Amino acid sequence: MRPDRRTLHLPFVLLLAVLTLLGVASPSGAQEPSGDEREVNVNVVDRKGTAERDDDEPVAGVVIVVTDASDEEVDEVETDEDGKAVITLPGEGQYTATLDLDSLDEDVGLPREGREVVSIDPNRSRVLNFTLGDRERATSSTFDKVPQLLFNGFSFGLVIAITSVGLSLIYGTTGLVNFSHSEHVTWGAIVAWWINVDHDVHIIPAALIAIAIGAASGALVNRVVWSPLRSRGMSLVAMMIVSIGLSLAARSLFQLLFGGVFRPYRQFYRQDGIDIGPITTTPKILWMIGLIIVVIVAIASLLQYTRIGKAMRAVADNGDLAASSGIDVDRVILFVWALGGGLAALGGILFGLQQQVQFEMGFRLLLLMFAGITLGGLGTAYGALVGSFVGGMFIEVSTLIVPTELKNVGALLVLVVVLLVRPQGILGRAERIG
Amino acid sequence: MSGVDPEVVSSSQAAFVGLDAEPGVAKPDPILVADGVQRRFGGLTAVDVDHVEVQRGAITALIGPNGAGKTTFFNLLTGFDRADAGRWRFDDQDLVGVPAHKVARQGMVRTFQLTKSLARLTVLDNLKLGASEQRGEGFFSSLVRPLWKAQEAEIEGRAEDLLGRFNLAHMRDEYAGSLSGGQRKLLEMARALMVRPTMVMLDEPMAGVNPALTQSLLGHVKQLREDGMTVMFVEHDMDVVHDISDWVVVMGEGRIIAEGTPDQISSNDAVIDAYLGAHHDAPLTAAEEQAQLDEIHPQLDEESGDAHG
Amino acid sequence: MDWQFILSVSFTTAFGPQAIVFALAAIGLNMHFGYTGLVNFGQVGFLAIGAYTVAMGVDTFGLSFWLCVFLTFFTASIWALVLGVPTLRLRTDYLAIVTIASGEIIRLVLRANTFTETTGGAAGIQNFAGDFFDLNPFTGGRKALNIPGTEVGVTYSANQFWVLLVGWTIVALACLFVYLLVRSPWGRVLKAIREDEDAVRSLGKNVYVYKLQSLAIGGVIGAVGGIIFAVSRQSVVPDSLGTALTFFAYVALVLGGAARVFGPVLGSIVFFFLSAFVDVALREAIDADVINFLVGSEVGVVRNILVGVGLMALMVFRPQGIIGDKSEVAVSVRR
Repeated sequence: MRPDRRTLHLPFVLLLAVLTLLGVASPSGAQEPSGDEREVNVNVVDRKGTAERDDDEPVAGVVIVVTDASDEEVDEVETDEDGKAVITLPGEGQYTATLDLDSLDEDVGLPREGREVVSIDPNRSRVLNFTLGDRERATSSTFDKVPQLLFNGFSFGLVIAITSVGLSLIYGTTGLVNFSHSEHVTWGAIVAWWINVDHDVHIIPAALIAIAIGAASGALVNRVVWSPLRSRGMSLVAMMIVSIGLSLAARSLFQLLFGGVFRPYRQFYRQDGIDIGPITTTPKILWMIGLIIVVIVAIASLLQYTRIGKAMRAVADNGDLAASSGIDVDRVILFVWALGGGLAALGGILFGLQQQVQFEMGFRLLLLMFAGITLGGLGTAYGALVGSFVGGMFIEVSTLIVPTELKNVGALLVLVVVLLVRPQGILGRAERIG
Repeated sequence: MSGVDPEVVSSSQAAFVGLDAEPGVAKPDPILVADGVQRRFGGLTAVDVDHVEVQRGAITALIGPNGAGKTTFFNLLTGFDRADAGRWRFDDQDLVGVPAHKVARQGMVRTFQLTKSLARLTVLDNLKLGASEQRGEGFFSSLVRPLWKAQEAEIEGRAEDLLGRFNLAHMRDEYAGSLSGGQRKLLEMARALMVRPTMVMLDEPMAGVNPALTQSLLGHVKQLREDGMTVMFVEHDMDVVHDISDWVVVMGEGRIIAEGTPDQISSNDAVIDAYLGAHHDAPLTAAEEQAQLDEIHPQLDEESGDAHG
Repeated sequence: MDWQFILSVSFTTAFGPQAIVFALAAIGLNMHFGYTGLVNFGQVGFLAIGAYTVAMGVDTFGLSFWLCVFLTFFTASIWALVLGVPTLRLRTDYLAIVTIASGEIIRLVLRANTFTETTGGAAGIQNFAGDFFDLNPFTGGRKALNIPGTEVGVTYSANQFWVLLVGWTIVALACLFVYLLVRSPWGRVLKAIREDEDAVRSLGKNVYVYKLQSLAIGGVIGAVGGIIFAVSRQSVVPDSLGTALTFFAYVALVLGGAARVFGPVLGSIVFFFLSAFVDVALREAIDADVINFLVGSEVGVVRNILVGVGLMALMVFRPQGIIGDKSEVAVSVRR
């Protein structure tokens, strides 16, 4: 045996114990992108903070971690004494190479802020250069990452929020915990991709059409599946299991039709970063944030001021009471499904623009959506927004301490703590028995 | 029904002779004493009871218009809901914050307004479930039948006696789901008795029961008193209350607004106002309807969907 | 199309190690869902706990195989507490949400590079069940048992026979265990909780403790299934423990009949027969050019579509499964 290894396990066991106390997060595609492997050469040089080439030195022993679009690690390499290494990519797709700053010796400079992370397109990149020495060591404190992480969490939380409003409203009005909501997200993204790529329509009109189709699909699924089951008097637990079956069937159908690969939209695929103070981002992310905020304000106004919005809240509060006071509950539920389907499609398209389109993309968001709406208080529209937002922020900021590949685990920590302290969620309310 | 012993009746009513008919009046031998009990849902105070005592061995009715907080008060007393403030003692035991199952073990057992007969258990199993301190209900001992076989037989005997008394013997092996509404009320009452309670809390035992069964149910409630139990029940039909209760407590908008004997209560102006006032509930406009929905939603349980209480 | 071959593969799969694993996973779920009404969508997490307690215990920590099997009872129970304590006081929706995520969390942690030294990372751990196969009384190569007078039958290796003997014995013991539990007063409380936990609470039973016990027992049974999963392959890889495994176990449970002692076992056998039949028949049809709109690699995906649709159809049209009692299965009443 290897007794010497045992000491290494103690931190692991402790961490596992902590993680065990956390419990929820995100699924991620176990799907390997098909296709042949590709190799990318890596060079790491220390420019010593000067423009001159003569004093450049290769840096050995630098660890570079490569992750795919779903944040799962695909390769990890260490540079040799010439500062070189070879990354093997499993196939097409979008990858990110991250230079592990902790693997740099004290006397080596650091890359410019944010340049330790480089995205790789296997079709274009054959060589990857990391240059060090452009930044003073003193500025590398982990707290400098906080603004960037908060920003990432902000934009990610918004995407989750927009997709989970529908999930929460559907729960509120019908009591259904809909595990197939994720497929509405994927469906929207895939429909937009087909219109955008196969029919060569710009992504903006394509997205509008896809959102309309998403809304119609939501209404249709309610008409064909859920409404009949409700009228049969099926229990909510049984419907939950039906939604699991629907989710599995739909996801597999998408896999059959769309394949297992990640595919980008034609427009806004790759954009140059822009720096705003301590934050590096891209124009598409900024547009996305603006758009989501507008949509959220629109939803809030809808709920607050329109007749149908008030009816939705009334049904969510108490269906029987709403029905007895003259609200057409079935019509409200149909509307909620259409709204939920449309918003899920929008969220899927935005997520697809941020990353890429893939058949499991919605499912990867599903558990984060659930964490969000549970955090906020199951069934409340505003709670879903707040909870998703808090969840998204927490996940990103937690990477200060937790390895990136485990960041979704942190969502569970928050969820479990909230359930223990405030079972009804942040904005939820206690229930009455009897 | 078997004849009701006139002496028991008179003695249970004798306890109330000479008491002032006013909210919070002290009883000679209270089994339950509650002080300053409050429960708020959002901005709405559903229950705000300053002081109330329940006389041992008597039948006390808790009445009031819809939304008066009766069921919520019941829920608080029996540990099914948490009070925001207040203390209450049952049989000299402090029950604040005690979970529902422990309240039942202390001897205060309740039934529910929407009957909770366990539809997919047989009638007999429903009753057997009620028995306390069953050895076979422990995980490890349940695996060894000899440990609980004798006790199970004894419980079954007791259950069958109760089924006979409540006219359910012929339904013994049917699923409880196949019973009529009235039979379910009987079943629930019989099941509560399996716990051997000292106080029975009945939440609208007569609701949804056809008139033919009502008399039989009333007889059973009186019989509980004869058997030495204290009974408290929620009801809003004044006629029913007048028939069987020794003492009546009236709630309105969460507070105790009156107490007294049935005769005193039926001529009490505050009570009449509370009941008549309740008829002004019907919404007049869509806006008002919305305002009402917004106002009352916190106290509504999405599943039970009723506004009684 | 070689129908004898197709049927033989189907039978071999229906009684093979996988059917044992899913039978145990589904027996555990039956405890949770069938008898107690708890919706656990993270059963795969319990399987992972079982598989890795043994694999890591033997390979990483150098413990004895049999000690690790014993330790699984504790690790699985602890996991049940971790999931149950925050959620079981709440409505069953919360358990569903927390459990479905918990299974994925376990998989993510197990495949994380950070812990490769301990867990084997994405490549998993291999060859840890030597102690188990050392006791194998069967020798020789593959053996076939055919239905008399036909070429249709099952074929297993000597090691598989050993796994099957032990595995089906464990399944039988688990069924006996569940039978003893559910016909006792303890089981009566469980079934009552499934119906209406407030009623049970009003009768002085500590519902929370019963739910925790149910979650732990079903979880331990699932974890034992996880051990068999790992041992039968002499390998455990995190990505083989995905959420789909839980859903397949639900299909097996509902197919056989929830709240029936033998329901999950029957369901698992029938599920694997049908699943293998569809799989092999489709591949044969593709090879024979009878079907030309699919390729071999898509067969698994098509099967998953059928499983999903099958689960929906079962819940809607035959919620009691093959041997269930319709009036007892928690389906037609709102709760």
